[in-house]
Amino acid sequence: MTDGSRFSARLDLEQGRVDMSHGAGGRAMAQLIDELFKQALDNEWLSQGNDQALFSVPPGRLVMSTDAHVVSPLFFPGGDIGSLAVHGTLNDVAMSGARPLHLAASFILEEGFPLADLARIVASLAQAAREAGVAVVTGDTKVVERGKGDGVFITTTGIGVVPEGIAISGDRARPGDVILINGHIGDHGIAILSQRENLGFETAIQSDSAALHGLVADMIAAVPDIHCLRDPTRGGLATTLNELAQQSGVGMRVRETDIPVREAVSAACELLGLDPAYVANEGKLVAICPADRAETLLATMRAHPLGAQSAIIGEVVEDSLGFVQMQTRFGGERLLDWLTGEQLPRIC
Amino acid sequence: MKYVDEFRDRHLARQLAAAIAAEVDPEREYRLMEFCGGHTHAIFRYGIQQLMPPNLRFVHGPGCPVCVLPMTRLDQAIAMTREHGVTLCTYGDLMRVPASGRRTLLKAKAAGADVRMIYSTQDVLRIARDEPERQVVFMAIGFETTTPPTAVAILQARAEGLKNLSFLCNHVLTPPALRAILSLAGPEGVRLDGILGPSHVSTVIGTRPYEFVPNQFGIPVVIAGFEPLDVMQSALMLVRQINDGRREVENQYSRAVGEGGNARALELMARVFVTRPSFEWRGLGFLPESAPALAEDYADLDAERRFPVTVETSREIKGCECPAILRGLKEPTECKLFGAVCTPDNPMGACMVSSEGACAAYWSHRTHMPSSGLNR
Amino acid sequence: MCLAIPARVTHVTRIDPAIDTAVVDLGGVSREVSIALVPEVEVGDYVLVHVGYALNRISEEEAQETLKLMAEMTRLLDEEMGNADVVAKPA
Repeated sequence: MTDGSRFSARLDLEQGRVDMSHGAGGRAMAQLIDELFKQALDNEWLSQGNDQALFSVPPGRLVMSTDAHVVSPLFFPGGDIGSLAVHGTLNDVAMSGARPLHLAASFILEEGFPLADLARIVASLAQAAREAGVAVVTGDTKVVERGKGDGVFITTTGIGVVPEGIAISGDRARPGDVILINGHIGDHGIAILSQRENLGFETAIQSDSAALHGLVADMIAAVPDIHCLRDPTRGGLATTLNELAQQSGVGMRVRETDIPVREAVSAACELLGLDPAYVANEGKLVAICPADRAETLLATMRAHPLGAQSAIIGEVVEDSLGFVQMQTRFGGERLLDWLTGEQLPRIC
Repeated sequence: MKYVDEFRDRHLARQLAAAIAAEVDPEREYRLMEFCGGHTHAIFRYGIQQLMPPNLRFVHGPGCPVCVLPMTRLDQAIAMTREHGVTLCTYGDLMRVPASGRRTLLKAKAAGADVRMIYSTQDVLRIARDEPERQVVFMAIGFETTTPPTAVAILQARAEGLKNLSFLCNHVLTPPALRAILSLAGPEGVRLDGILGPSHVSTVIGTRPYEFVPNQFGIPVVIAGFEPLDVMQSALMLVRQINDGRREVENQYSRAVGEGGNARALELMARVFVTRPSFEWRGLGFLPESAPALAEDYADLDAERRFPVTVETSREIKGCECPAILRGLKEPTECKLFGAVCTPDNPMGACMVSSEGACAAYWSHRTHMPSSGLNR
Repeated sequence: MCLAIPARVTHVTRIDPAIDTAVVDLGGVSREVSIALVPEVEVGDYVLVHVGYALNRISEEEAQETLKLMAEMTRLLDEEMGNADVVAKPA
């Protein structure tokens, strides 16, 4: 299809900026798609040049999930909006136990956005997709006027296939089940906050952004009867536990001392008046399984590179009101409630 | 974390709890007011009340700057953004506090006002420097802890000749509030046997300003740190004072608090502030000599003078018991709105907004479940 | 009220006492803070950090004294109860 001769000059990926013509449907848009998106994402579906992707699917039940990605700053330690847009949606698909198949991606670009940054984001998105073994098979680009967007917004949609015999759902937690997590909480949120200039703190903490379906595949192979899986993103671990408790009509009890938190994340939280249990993650999952399978699941998770720090953090209990209780480090008990509003750094 | 972890040791906590249980006189009640929201927060976060004998009760005081800010002051700030188009900077704590008509700074921001959350007064100076075309107003709030950083910023704004920065001062002083609570005698008042004095306020003002409490009101004071062991040790020190019939100001938080406080901070505050004849406190009404305002020499940096607005005196939400709760007269659960229409997601009163407010603390710990199954 | 946390001073920059700053470290997190309120701080000191300002220095001797006192307060109890072997050790 593209032979390069359609365009008088190549995109200026060093100095160029997004302008309204890049979203107008004409030649400039075609050039942006050809020279930037198709080159980076490079797969058979995109090179067909259709407005949709045609593919056959393996037997099994299909799952589908979509996620809009907005993040400030766009580039952060451990990732950027491109890799995040892949991981976020793949993880939502994977939390059903599915093997992800394909992704679709929509970009909303703000007029004036540097093409160099866009190229960097698209390259990162492409690399994340390649590493995850999925292809971005269809996509779209729109441009909004300067001041009407925040650089780049990316919406991705993923589909996947759930193997037979797997029935993972947020409503399946049962009293007696055990709650596990695959590592330290709060890394992503703190890595993002550390980049906000007005908070002015520095740390070596990197975002934990990662695609979890490989870990999930190992987990369901070892313990097919996992009851629930969910990635604790916005709202953090506390909010995810509350969602699952409510969906399943059960209570939960977790132990603060067993929840892995890095010292730097704890320290940053102390400085800003935040609670790590409410800070966002992008490469974490909460798993709930029958008690007699918990040790097997834990060992499987720990054997995977994305689960080396996995831990059993608590149990599901009977409670029709759906409360999540935490035994504190100090020996007391407190409620781990839903997040109220947005977590704001505070002085008191 | 040094100076943190060793004051959160659970084994020492059990020992302190046992010592308190052994030393309290079963025949009497110990009603200890923690003035500060920081203590309230620690008591709930660590479950300290549960570790105390039944006849020792913590009574929550008004030491939460967000909780004692009257709605009128928020209305004033919102009016400044609307009528004068100023950029309003303030700490994150204030963003969700209800103003009149169910407005908040967050909602004002959504409606187009330029409201910015800052973490330090140094950020405010930077914003004013970077955006000379904007009139920047810092909505200053807090007790004597947060006041010196405001003083530093005022002096720096003057030194740099920043013409586009001014200060809406809502700082308040601790001792007058304490005096007001203790002065409410009779059925209006709250009976207290001892007071846990502020930690971080005291690092600035020292221990001397509390001497009127034992001297005039006959109530012992222990300046207490905010870590859980600090709170428990201070409770034990109060129990001992009460049992011995002593009435003194003792200092448990000696690692950060000296008798005279931080002389440099006090000097800077004295340079830029004067005491207002009277200032309104939510729940406590107008208290004499209870809040600083910019001194005459710095009047040009006073947002109240630079951007005059008129706001109606706002009325509290009907049924809201914040005033009584702030004075230690009622518990949050005695408020009809509590949990029914007033929750952290939909706060009616300020005590539900701040995580250090008594209502928010009660709400977060509203359930109890039998302790079992967790100790593997 | 008044969130403040002890952090160690790792670097001090002195130009003018009104605007001098220090870098503090707390568990691997570092932040620049104003030392306008504690101009005398030195590298290695622990300071209470509040809204981007060092509010006061922490005294190591007093901290040890407080912990010692705590241990003594509970030791008395243990001796009274003939239970001296569970005496808490300060961290």
